[in-house]
Amino acid sequence: MDAVAGEVNATILTARIRKERRGAGASSFILDVSIEASSGITILFGPSGAGKSTLLDSVAGLARPDEGRIVAGGEVLFDSARGIDVPAPKRRTAYVFQTLALFPHLSAEENVSYGLMDLQEEERRKRVEAILKAFRVEKLRRQRPAEISGGEKQRIALARSLVTEPRVLLLDEPLTGLDAELKAAIVDDLRAWNAAKGIPILYVTHSREEVDALGVRVIALDNGRVVSVGAPMDVLDAPRRKKLAQAAGFENMLSATVLDLREADGVMRVRLGESACQIEVPLGYAAAGNRVQVAVRAGDILLATERPHGLSARNVMDGRIISLEQRGTMVIARVDCGVIFVVHVTPGAVRALELTAGHRVWLVLKTHSCHLVE
Amino acid sequence: MEALWLSMKLAACVAAILLVIGMPVAYWLAYANWRGKFLLESLVALPLVLPPTVLGFYALVAMGPRGPLGKLWIALFGHGLAFTFSGLILASLLYSFPFAVQPLVASFEGVDRRLLDASAVLGAGSSRTFCRVILPLSLPGVVTAAVLSFAHTLGEFGVVLMVGGNLAGVTRTVSIDIYDRVQSLEYGEANRMALVLLAISFSVLCVVYAVNRRVWTPWPAK
Repeated sequence: MDAVAGEVNATILTARIRKERRGAGASSFILDVSIEASSGITILFGPSGAGKSTLLDSVAGLARPDEGRIVAGGEVLFDSARGIDVPAPKRRTAYVFQTLALFPHLSAEENVSYGLMDLQEEERRKRVEAILKAFRVEKLRRQRPAEISGGEKQRIALARSLVTEPRVLLLDEPLTGLDAELKAAIVDDLRAWNAAKGIPILYVTHSREEVDALGVRVIALDNGRVVSVGAPMDVLDAPRRKKLAQAAGFENMLSATVLDLREADGVMRVRLGESACQIEVPLGYAAAGNRVQVAVRAGDILLATERPHGLSARNVMDGRIISLEQRGTMVIARVDCGVIFVVHVTPGAVRALELTAGHRVWLVLKTHSCHLVE
Repeated sequence: MEALWLSMKLAACVAAILLVIGMPVAYWLAYANWRGKFLLESLVALPLVLPPTVLGFYALVAMGPRGPLGKLWIALFGHGLAFTFSGLILASLLYSFPFAVQPLVASFEGVDRRLLDASAVLGAGSSRTFCRVILPLSLPGVVTAAVLSFAHTLGEFGVVLMVGGNLAGVTRTVSIDIYDRVQSLEYGEANRMALVLLAISFSVLCVVYAVNRRVWTPWPAK
């Protein structure tokens, strides 16, 4: 239904994308999202590895979804059901990469005019001139990227993508490494430019600060799924995030108390519930003593019948199996480690390890499988 | 001196032709996603480990009047291929192939993928991306490929001996000439030739290393 509405309103981008990335064990990943963006900035927010870049690559035609449909500016760019896959050069999407990817052997001016090869010399010069001015970099036209400073490189990368009059602008953390003032100045110029064009802009970031500064609409992604959509306040602070996390497939929602922050390692230690059980989770906006919610997928927990050692995973907890319940081809184990964990295991594993209720087991949990929701 | 001139001519022809046929092969090797790619990679690298006489032997058999290549050549041009300058070029192309292809593959692979993505998103098809991004950024690799295949062809001996025989002015290259002079105890003349080859080889390697160290390049490194 959304896609039909999108085709009526030419300035809307709709994307329904499913893409599986196979890798060894834990590195396999499924992106399964459906998003909509109208003219102006829409923020894609989420931790690294949430699938933000894969989403942008799919919209730009640099990655091919296994399944889905992408419509921008009233044109179908990708539709797996109808076998449509417009190649990247014909999509008229603009994409500013995290690394900017300015051509190092071309001057700023040549970089900017790269996408205008098919235009008449006269027209091309006019457009390059106008956009260099709009982004305040006309003085740097003869310089090569290596001779240009950070913030100005970002401006040139923006100018290069926008000069082609795209239908959609994709920004992958384009302003990382800039101070807040410079960032704000660039965003102002971008907004000014888009006031006339009104194209949808997907702006990827994992910085909470940037979300607050840019305001507008946020789509929060985690682990390949959309976990919430709305204004920054609603998305990032609302208590219903717990429900959203559960809806997004976290079987374990544990309340915990922050013990200490180890900023250098990007982690913090928390105590689960009222138990003695301590685990390490990714660093979040919290201070020692704060209560937080930790969400863990049942499928992300490993179960061992002996104390494992020599593991990279930071969290090993011992406990006892309370119950085993077969559901289809999956066995749901409830394990008491002071707090109750729900763990998914296969029937084969239950047989091989001779698991029964009352059995002593160890649970292994990677730090980054623990998701902070508060 | 006639032999040296002949060698130079041969090496220049081979280097030029190899650049032309090496580029598409290298492009494919650098960017294709095909499971059986290692087969072609091995094939390309084969002349590196194959004894030149083995390569020369098969080249000779193929080019002989009863070989497939020889027959084709006679049908097309009315004369045989073995013991001619053209035959020499053909055999040398095989012999020096990895020296042209491998530096090209390495430098194509070294180009940041995101630059290719950027080019595609800006509307450039793969040929424009190749000409405007990959090729200019691979210039050191192109120079290396040209210089190495030139130098390697200049010094070849076994293959030339097998395929070319030893015909003055047609297939007697400088390394064979040196061998001949030593056989007939003309050490002075052999030494003169050998020194020239030594000087050429050294300067050629200097070019390769300097280009790859970016001692001089058309644009500053990142």
